Amino acid sequence: MREKILAVMEKNSRIDLKDLAVMLGESEIAVANEIAQMEKEHIICGYHTLINWDNTTQEKVTALIEVKVTPQRGMGFDKIAERIYQYNEVNAVYLMSGAYDFTVFIEGKTMKEVALFVSSKLSTLDSVLSTATHFVLKKYKDHGTVLVEEIQDERMLITP
Amino acid sequence: MRNPLSETIVQLEPSGIRKFFDIVSEMKDAISLGVGEPDFDTPWHVREEGIYSLEKGRTFYTSNAGLKELRQEICNYLYRRCDMTYRPESEILVTVGGSEAIDIALRAMLDPGDEVLIPQPCFVSYVPCTILAGGKPVIINLEEKDHFKLTPEKLLEKITDRTKVLILAFPNNPTGAVMRRDELQKIADIVIEKDLFVISDEIYCELTFGQERHVSIASLPGMKDRTVLINGFSKSYAMTGWRLGYAAAPRVILEQMLKIHQFAIMCAPTTSQYAAVDALKNGDADVDMMRESYDQRRRFVLNAFREMGLECFEPEGAFYAFPSIKRFGISSDEFANRFLREEKVAVVPGSAFGACGDGYLRVSYAYSLKSLKEALGRMARFVKRLDEECAPKG
Repeated sequence: MREKILAVMEKNSRIDLKDLAVMLGESEIAVANEIAQMEKEHIICGYHTLINWDNTTQEKVTALIEVKVTPQRGMGFDKIAERIYQYNEVNAVYLMSGAYDFTVFIEGKTMKEVALFVSSKLSTLDSVLSTATHFVLKKYKDHGTVLVEEIQDERMLITP
Repeated sequence: MRNPLSETIVQLEPSGIRKFFDIVSEMKDAISLGVGEPDFDTPWHVREEGIYSLEKGRTFYTSNAGLKELRQEICNYLYRRCDMTYRPESEILVTVGGSEAIDIALRAMLDPGDEVLIPQPCFVSYVPCTILAGGKPVIINLEEKDHFKLTPEKLLEKITDRTKVLILAFPNNPTGAVMRRDELQKIADIVIEKDLFVISDEIYCELTFGQERHVSIASLPGMKDRTVLINGFSKSYAMTGWRLGYAAAPRVILEQMLKIHQFAIMCAPTTSQYAAVDALKNGDADVDMMRESYDQRRRFVLNAFREMGLECFEPEGAFYAFPSIKRFGISSDEFANRFLREEKVAVVPGSAFGACGDGYLRVSYAYSLKSLKEALGRMARFVKRLDEECAPKG
């Protein structure tokens, strides 16, 4: 049941508990318990809203920053990651395989604000060797959802 | 001037769905539970393969029976999913949708006066295609009490000396009924005993719900030689517009079908065939995902019927539910027309699928949850209104 709950909720976290239970052929209580348990186990870590900020009047820039670091003895990458992810400006931090170590997503109001954050906070960390900042120009698809086009049902109303 | 028309064609009844379609298309901003096709887009990797074939300039005819690679993949698929062994070079024919396969199978098998048993409610083309092939359609009226399955008794009742073919279509459009292995076995026993043939339209085979998978009657002992199995890509892979289906049949029948196909069609669309190769090779996960999604919506719709007090037997396949409206004392035509006018929701009256479908509606759940909620909300409101009308006054 877990996988099925997650598959539905990943796409629609606002789904009515009753509807979800009906669709899975389970009781409402069983589903509610399972969700609560998954929250407790940090399988479900939050319920967010997918926003296309481009369609609002609010200015917002997102940047992807490649960060190279020297892992510290006895602490590995986790300690450095923690020093990075504690900042509110930082949206996501991933440890990567390949040419650099961390991918850091940063959100700010302007490019300058983001650039300043990188140069004053991120680059100055002891273990950070180098950074490369890439600004996001347009989001086409996010979290499996296409943002740029409206989906219309083009089927005929009645077919055999 | 002489009458330019064939009397047979003029006498042929137009599809009952067509009539309702014309009414619906005049209604602006109507929403619908009336489609007979998936709400998913064809998986991108399949579409991409179609595009790639065009880029490579693969725009020529294929062999009449279809691309060799596709026929091989169809055989692999039938073995993988249905445990059946067919020869790609002589027992598979790629057609323009399952519809063409139905037509040419009947034409290949019937002589004038041969009787074809057609259990109804069923898809709209079996009766007219039988007539066009010179056969005589003999209707078997299925009943809700049997969950719209074909029973041995009902079959035996209609068999005569002229009976040649039985058309089976499970999972069924419009009822959603499914026949399981033991039920099919009883039918197969009679078919063999009475020396009949079966055209088995299994276009919805991947949409079989519950623990037990789809069983093809062709896979039962002694039945492969008596069955034309029809399947296609429309429902399983959400490829309705690609117009691609196939028939798997014993060589003697398939050879004759191929003859009609090569004169009437030449070959199925090449682009679609290349796309279909990829669907069969890499599409199992898509099929599983879509099945699960339909199954969830099936439960949702059934529950909504229960809550609005609409009786409905539990469909186990396809993407239709077939609720009964008999307690309102009006025909399904009238229900559908009023529902459309008063709530602007289109559903197909059960009578479009045969006279015994009257008293029922075909409700498709190939819609997003949001659309289903809206449409079923309106249905609940409408049903309540009908109930108030029916209630004794005073």
